[in-house]
Parts: sequence; structure tokens; C-alpha cells
Amino acid sequence: MTTGDREKSFYETQGRHTGILSWVLSTDHKRIGILYLTAMFSFFFVAVILGVLMRLELIAPGRTIMSATTYNAIFTVHGVIMIFLFIIPGIPSGLGNFLLPLLIGARDVAFPRINLMSWWFYITGAIVILVSLFTGGGPPDTGWTFYVPYSIKTGTNVTLAVFGVFLLGISSTLTGINFVTTIHRLRAPGMKWFRMPLFVWSLYATGWVQILATPVLGLTLLLLMSERLFGFGLFDPAKGGDPLLFEHLFWIYSHPAVYIMILPAMGAVTEIIPVFARRTIFGYKAIAFSSLAIASAGYLVWGHHMFTSGMSDIARMVFSFLTFIVAIPSGIKVFNWVASLYKGSIELVSPLLFTISFIFLFSIGGLTGLVNGALATNIFVHGTYFIVAHFHYTMFGGTAFAFFAALHYWFPKITGRMYREALAKRAWVILFTGFNVLYFPMFILGLEGMPRRYYDYLPRFQTGHFISTIGSWILATGLAIMFYNLIRSIFKGEAAGSNPWGGTTLEWTTSSPPPRENFKEIPVVTGGPYRFGKD
Amino acid sequence: MNKDNILEEKEDYEGSKMGMWLFLFTELLLFTGLFLLYSAFRSRYSDEFHTGAAELNKTMGTLNTVLLLTSSLTMALSINVIKKGQKKLSVLLQGLTVSLGLLFLVDKYFEWSEKIRHGIYPNSAELLQRGKGETIFYGLYYLMTGLHGLHVIAGIILISIMIIMTINERIHREKFVKLENAGLYWHLVDVVWVFLFPVFYLIS
Amino acid sequence: MNDNNKSITGYRIYFIVWICLLILTATTVAISNLKLGKYGALISLFIASIKASLILLFFMHLKYEGFLIKAMLLLTIMTIAIIVGLTFSDVWYRH
Repeated sequence: MTTGDREKSFYETQGRHTGILSWVLSTDHKRIGILYLTAMFSFFFVAVILGVLMRLELIAPGRTIMSATTYNAIFTVHGVIMIFLFIIPGIPSGLGNFLLPLLIGARDVAFPRINLMSWWFYITGAIVILVSLFTGGGPPDTGWTFYVPYSIKTGTNVTLAVFGVFLLGISSTLTGINFVTTIHRLRAPGMKWFRMPLFVWSLYATGWVQILATPVLGLTLLLLMSERLFGFGLFDPAKGGDPLLFEHLFWIYSHPAVYIMILPAMGAVTEIIPVFARRTIFGYKAIAFSSLAIASAGYLVWGHHMFTSGMSDIARMVFSFLTFIVAIPSGIKVFNWVASLYKGSIELVSPLLFTISFIFLFSIGGLTGLVNGALATNIFVHGTYFIVAHFHYTMFGGTAFAFFAALHYWFPKITGRMYREALAKRAWVILFTGFNVLYFPMFILGLEGMPRRYYDYLPRFQTGHFISTIGSWILATGLAIMFYNLIRSIFKGEAAGSNPWGGTTLEWTTSSPPPRENFKEIPVVTGGPYRFGKD
Repeated sequence: MNKDNILEEKEDYEGSKMGMWLFLFTELLLFTGLFLLYSAFRSRYSDEFHTGAAELNKTMGTLNTVLLLTSSLTMALSINVIKKGQKKLSVLLQGLTVSLGLLFLVDKYFEWSEKIRHGIYPNSAELLQRGKGETIFYGLYYLMTGLHGLHVIAGIILISIMIIMTINERIHREKFVKLENAGLYWHLVDVVWVFLFPVFYLIS
Repeated sequence: MNDNNKSITGYRIYFIVWICLLILTATTVAISNLKLGKYGALISLFIASIKASLILLFFMHLKYEGFLIKAMLLLTIMTIAIIVGLTFSDVWYRH
């Protein structure tokens, strides 16, 4: 299935516009994917710097480099950027856009123009958020959750920031609609549901969550804006409102959103494992269905974010019980990944290193999630650094590490070039070390009672904070090396060829980088996605 | 020829409709949040909700229901006739739909301005003095009928575009999925109203 | 495309549905005037559901759609039910 003569790649096919317009007005899913990736990693870079500054402030008790107000703004902006601009659009909008049509043997997504529109919603939302930092009453200081009543009363620029997030929500919803329709309508001939690569399954589940959860966020943010502008009083107890209902609405979206973040990451590593273990995936259907199960369970558990908010006891017990359900499909996935590696001919290259560290870090994050999900222990750790450590282990150690794995794995497909493997491995060692030095002490700090979002702390917490800050420097170094390696290789890397890893999914059958129409002829699929040797 | 065109031109009828339905689901979820708030508050302030509802103009509410239901009929018929190639009739029916939608908004305008004249609007002194339950009732009234009104406006704009496209022959007897999708949207706006009507006007 | 003819529903059915919708509107308004209290609310919601179903089935052609769209709508409705139900586990039992 090699493509013979090198054909014009999509980089060389400009369409009806030239220059920068050939990017920002392109309906090519590959160009849109790269637009997302570029924008996302730029924002990621900003948020990392904010994070490092935060850690620096916390290296010693009392004021180190910034005032308490600045600190409040910085943790809010760090959270908003990381959540809404990086990790939610992250894998689906960035890599998913580039890869989904390639993985299912299609020429583009179902609605290319709507796809472009969602990028425009994304970038407009991002710009609005950035503008909100420097105008009006200054950057929002509410934390990324925008909890009422404070978010209604604060004089900072919450309204504009929230409007920005609202636009991001529209972007995410449109992407979900596009992906679900694409997967239903545009699979190559012969690609039955159970012949789809598992990344596609996870994008499908994610798409549904985007469709059925994001509108609730949109509404919540609309309500917050109208409360600030007109004072309806729905969340203000003085007027008869109920702040807890805001928390309900917020988490009805934001818990499923956690699975918008993690599901595509799980899908991406599922693509990587069989290729470098040289054997088919263990438990294909179990992994496919567990993606759907995680997506559905996401709707049952949002209350565990509110155990100390004053919900009814019955609700707390119900939500605590239901939370444990999520552990089942997550566990199924972890067991299947490990079983797929078992007795494989493992090739320990950088994508697989990132993948394996993903499994390890995500397992820690997931298991500590059970500590948070159990009502009794939650009361103890709620609002402490334990939570901060938990969600960084799942979101950074989980999603971001999987994202990096996927970025290395598909780098040759996207750019047509190869990065320096030795450097990538070095970056991985530093990243992995830095990550654990940075976040592991937070588990201990949290159990000792260090509350999250505090500007100052008692001297007895200092050792933990000090180690953690050192970790942030190691982590930042690792990131710098990794991005240096990748960015340098876009321009100077060696040509990669169409299938450097020996992958068996459809994207490897076309040239690297792929031509505008992806495939000269739409491939016909005759079997499952992972066929290695005797499997 | 540039390739962007080649990729876009072919129209997937089933795919377009599926995309539209998925979009409608997001609209349903959007309104779900509001109905959820409504029912939560209603379980707390049921007496005040009854007093509030008694003050709303049931006649105007009923009139609006009839207007929207009839506009749904004309919308559905306009798709039927375009499939038979009756372009003029289809334009006429789409125009009727738009007019009925506009009448709905006029009715809504009179209703709202009547209430505002009596000092009943969000955060007004009159409302706050009436107490918590009614503040919330009218807060929800303005939010829910307001958001629905915005959807009616969006629908009117959408169908107006469809009228132009029908006149320009970009919608015709072979290619009408856009009109069908606009119709689906319009009917959904109607469905939402079908629930808004009893919860605000009929519970007194 | 593939089933144009099937989905050209006759004019007659549309008018019948429309008349049913108007009759149901009149009924629900009339019942609301009887002041039945709690049951009144239930009845009016029930009638609203019938009206919504008529619009969905006939005006929106759901009756003639394939299994897929119906299943998707069912999924959406189930999601809504779960969201509402779980929220009420708090709202009803809070002291």
C-alpha cells in the first residue's frame, strides 16, 4: 500500500488562499488540527510559566515574589487556561482533528466549514479571556470554577472571562457534533464498528460527552453573566436563590468534562501500545465499551465535588456510591493495556516510555480518586493539596503525558520528519522525575492539612512546599528540552517515511505528511486495526 | 480547480440531518438546565409560583402558543411543497412562518413591557419587596422566555436566509436538506414553547 | 435522497396534527381554569408531552426516521432524566 512517487503534501496544497489565510481560512482538517495544536501549546506555555511563578511564591511562607491578590489571579488564570484552553480541546480538537479522518479512511470530517468555525470560536474565546486579564477590574480571582456568590460579587473582570469560556464551549460542542457525525457517516468501506482503531472509539465517546454536557456549561455561564449584569437572584440567598444549584449545574458539565479530557488520552495510548509491543491489543471490545462506560458514568458522579458544600445526606451517599462505578471501566482499561504489553516484543522508544509513565501516573491519580470519592475520607481531604495532587496526577500525569506520547508517536506523520530519539528519552526522564518531585509531596501536604489556593502557610509545611518548588524547575526543564527537540525537528529532522513505526492503522498507509485529500483512493478495510505477525 | 471545493461539494443528506439532530440535542440540554432550576425552585416556593403565574396573561400566552403551532404547520408544509417543486408556494409558506414568528415576538414584547411598566423586572424594588419566591419566579420567567425568544429570533433569521436561498434556486426539489434542517430547528423552538407555556401560564 | 417519497407526508396528516395540537391547547387551558391543584400541574405537563411528541413524530419526521436518530434521541432524554433525577436527590432531601 505504499504511495509510490512522492505526492504533494497538504502543506503544499494551499487552496483558495495564500500565506497566513491559507491556514486560518482552511477547511482542511489537518491544517485546522495544526492551528489548534499551535494555539494550544502557546497557551500551555503561558500557563506553565504562571504555574512556575506560583510555585516560586510558595517556596517559603509569607510573601516571596508577589502579593496575595496577584497570587489569586494567577492560580485562577493558570486553571482557566490549562482546563479550557489546553486540556479540554487538547487531544480531540488538536490531534483528533488531524487524525480522525486519517484513522477511518476519510477525506475530511463531515462538516469541514463548521470545523473551521469551531476553531474560530476557540481562538475568539481565547482572545476574549486574554483581554479580560488586562481590562475592567483586572484578571478574575475566583478560581477556575467561578463559584457563586463570590463570582457574582467580585469586582474583577469575571463577566468577560466567562463569556470567553462560553465561546470555548460552543467550539467544543461543534467539534463533538462534527466528530460523531464523521464517525457515523465517513468510515471507509469495510470499516465496521469493531474494526475502528480504539482511538476513534474514544473520540466517539468524547464527542457524545461534548454534545450532551457542554450545553449545560454554556447555560451555567450565561446565568452567571446575567446575574452579574441584571441580578436575577437565582444564586443569591438574599433574593431567594440557591448557590448550591450553581454548583450542581457547574459540575453537571464539569465532571463529564473530566472525561472529555481523559478519554481521548486513553484512546491515544491504546494506539501506541500494540505498535511497540508488536502484538494486537488485548481485549479490543472491552476497551471500546469501557470508553462508552466511562462516558456514561461521567453523568452519575458530579456530586462528589460537592460533598462539603451542604448537599443533602442522601445525595452525598448516592454520589459517593456511584463514584466507585467509574473505577471499573478505568480498571478494565489499565488491565488491558498491561496485558497487551505482556509477552510482546517491546521496543522501548519515547512514545512508549511516555505511554508507560502515563499508565503509572494515571493509576496513582485514579486510585487516589477513590480516596476523594469515598464520602468519609473526602471530608478529610476536601479542599486540600491532596486534591491538587490528585488532579495533576490524572490531568498532567494522565492526559498530558498521553498527549506527549501521542505527539511523539504521530510527529513523523504530521511533519514528515523524525525527532532526535536520544534527546526525547532524556527529556522524558527529566519530565517524569520533575513531575513526581513536584506533585507527590502535595499528597503528603494535603493529608497533613495544607489547604489548596492558600497564599501563605504554616512553617511546618515548608519542607513539602520546598521540594515541590524544586520539582517545578525540573519539570520545566524537561518540557523545555522536549519542545526544543520537537520544534527543531519540524525544520531539521530527518525525513521519516510514511510508516516509521510499522503501524498497521490506516494513517500509516498514506504518505507523511499526507496529501490534501489524505488518500489517493479511499482504502478498503478487510480486518481489525492491529494486525501484527501471527495475530 | 481547487480541492477545497471538491471536498465540500458532495452533500451527505443523512449526515447533514444527523448533524442537525445532534445540534438539537445540545439545545435540549441547554434548556434542561433552566427547567431543572425551575423545578428545583418550584418545589421550594410552590405557593409563590402560583401567585406569580396568576398574574401572567393567560390569553396572550395561549395566543402565542397558537401562533407558534401554526407556524410549525406552515414550516412543515413549505418543505413538503418544495419536494414537489412548487417553489413559489414554498416561499410563501416560509414567509408565513417568519411572519407568525414575528407576531409571536410582538405579543411577547407587549407582555414584557406590560410587566416592566408595573415595575416587575429583575432586581426591581417592587419585585424584591414582594419576597423571595416571586423574585425567583419572575427571574426564571424572564430568563426562560428570554432565551426562548432569542431562539425565535435566530429561527426567523435562519428561515429568512432559507427564503433567499429558495428564491436563488440554491434550495430546490432535489436539494432541500438545508430547509429541512431549518425546519427541524423551528419545530424544536416550538417544542420548547410547548413546555414553557404550561409551566408559566397554567399553574395558577 | 434514498427515501424522499416515504417522507413526503401528505398535507392531510399535517393539518390533522395541527388541529390536534390546537384542541390539546384548548383542553389544557380549560383544565387549568378548573383549579385542580397538584393534579392540574401533572395533567398540563402530560398534555404538553403529548403535544411535543406529535411535533417530534410528524412535523419533525421522527416517525419516518431510522433507528439511529431515534436511539440518539432516547439517549438524550435518558441523560436529561439522569441529570434531573440526581439533582433532585439533593433538592428534595436537603434540610
